[in-house]
Amino acid sequence: MTPSAERDGGGGGEPLLAARAVTKRFGGLTALSEVSLTVQVGEIVGLIGPNGAGKTTLFNCFTGLYHPSAGTVHLEGRPLAGLKPHAVAALGLARTFQNIRLFANMSVLENVMVGRHVRTRAGVLGAVLRGPRTRAEERSIRERSLDLLDGVGLGGRADQLARHLPYGDQRRLEIARALATEPKLLALDEPAAGMNHTETAALKGLLETIRGRGVTLLLIEHDVRLMMDLCDRVAVLDYGRKIADGPPEQVQRDPAVIEAYLGAGAA
Amino acid sequence: MIGLLPDRLYRDRRIAWAAFGVLAVLLIALPFLVEAGLGRTWVRILDFAMLYVMLALGLNIVVGFAGLLDLGYVAFYAVGAYFYAILASPQFGLHLPFWALLPMGAGIACLFGVLLGAPTLRLRGDYLAIVTLGFGEIIRIFLNNLNAPVNVTNGPQGINMIDPVRIGGHALTRPIEILGVQISGPHAHYYLFLGLTLLVIFAAIRLQHSRIGRAWAAIREDEVAAEAMGIHTRNVKLLAFAMGATFGGLGGGLFAAFQGFVSPESFTLMESIMILCMVVLGGMGHIPGVILGAVLLTMLPEALRYVGPLQQELIGRVAVDPSDLRMLLFGVALVLVMLFRPQGLWPSSMRARELRPDNPDQVRQEQESLYDAER
Repeated sequence: MTPSAERDGGGGGEPLLAARAVTKRFGGLTALSEVSLTVQVGEIVGLIGPNGAGKTTLFNCFTGLYHPSAGTVHLEGRPLAGLKPHAVAALGLARTFQNIRLFANMSVLENVMVGRHVRTRAGVLGAVLRGPRTRAEERSIRERSLDLLDGVGLGGRADQLARHLPYGDQRRLEIARALATEPKLLALDEPAAGMNHTETAALKGLLETIRGRGVTLLLIEHDVRLMMDLCDRVAVLDYGRKIADGPPEQVQRDPAVIEAYLGAGAA
Repeated sequence: MIGLLPDRLYRDRRIAWAAFGVLAVLLIALPFLVEAGLGRTWVRILDFAMLYVMLALGLNIVVGFAGLLDLGYVAFYAVGAYFYAILASPQFGLHLPFWALLPMGAGIACLFGVLLGAPTLRLRGDYLAIVTLGFGEIIRIFLNNLNAPVNVTNGPQGINMIDPVRIGGHALTRPIEILGVQISGPHAHYYLFLGLTLLVIFAAIRLQHSRIGRAWAAIREDEVAAEAMGIHTRNVKLLAFAMGATFGGLGGGLFAAFQGFVSPESFTLMESIMILCMVVLGGMGHIPGVILGAVLLTMLPEALRYVGPLQQELIGRVAVDPSDLRMLLFGVALVLVMLFRPQGLWPSSMRARELRPDNPDQVRQEQESLYDAER
């Protein structure tokens, strides 16, 4: 596949992320079957579908945790095939996890500072000698991380252990940590899971702010209202296939989607 | 040293400097105090304590910082020791200078760390422990058998008459008088080891609070998340192995020069486990704790030697052989620590909290993360 071929199918301009016919099999089980998806720069794209539809599997294929059995994924026209997760992160695709995976016994600030790893350089010699360059780098890591924490509303909790944060804060910390890697595309796996209405509303604001800073967003979410309010486009997966892709209002009315969620005959 | 004083004192610079001065004077006077109180043997034991502090701090990088269980750490110690022994003894008639060989030995050990790490670090937890254990044994068996067809290591007899450390032409094993003070071999070695130990402590602290140290901690906490955040986990783990091995090789070179004799017997699995115990007993990942663990576990077995004569005195015969007692008490001590202080004798404040769940919410979270790990 060439990026130009994708350009014709997409909504104008080279897509930031282009997945073409991604298939993932686990032994005899086909978790994803020829799923194609594009994300344009500056978009917020939602990925919905019933449990077990393959949403997280698709995320894992994007971020190098899984390698697709067939099909290709390109980020800014560069193929992600065979890249390990750290290399994908270096290219500018960061993610959060459905089952929160913070560094539980590190402080909130340290969690975000780890995210800066991929954009900084100091090695063993720099660490031991701590010359002016390392010190400056270390200072910038700290300042940048504190800024990001402020941005997600965790500025006052920088010194706490990550594990001691309430659930909603942990989710936001994961977002701050992912942002620290300076992603072009931020992939969020159920960021609102376990949040109440107020927290979800705040999250929506946060995600819009993040988009306003030039980060493109791809998110998996079950909160339909959040998705309809937030997303420019929604793709629907069911049994590993993409059954719909379009603006939220259109997807909401799509008979195939209604059938997937409510069963045959409901449409 | 960091962690020895409460935070409040740290903020007051004058008090901190005063404390630092007192500590420095104490450390300088220590061998003389020990000799006056306990005899020359104990100065030697003090030297070994310093050596073990270096080794334990090296292993702490691998086990404490990066969370990789290494049961073959003594192999790097052996590599450093034999490297020096072979190139500075009558074995091949080579007598290269100590100060050139010491960093080279550390470098060779580092190389071995990378060689071992490269194929094995894709393994996790128990599997890594088993492979490193095997590596430790392989090195020891090699050293034991490398006396034929070409006699490299002199087999089980070991290498004897290794050159001592020389500073400006003066062999450190010989007594010397400086400013009217008689400095014996063990005393001189104490100061050498102390200096190097301080360097190792310095390096370990700096590493821990750096970009690399944070990457190690992240891998220890959650390797998948660390990788997803852009940490090249294989390389960073390899770096931990290499750094640990470097400290081990450094300790090995010092050991060979200090002892004047090396044999495979000094590098058994038991030795690896001993060093690991120093790290775990003291407080994994916490530098002052690891130092405490190393000093305690070097001193305690030696102190037990007095139990023999004591029994003779009290009941007229030696009922329990001190060397039997040593392993027994050692086992009991470990079990007690596991039961009552799993965080170690002197844990970092963070690790102490981590192993003492104080609210039900936290317990629930732990169970959840266990569940995640299994998925």
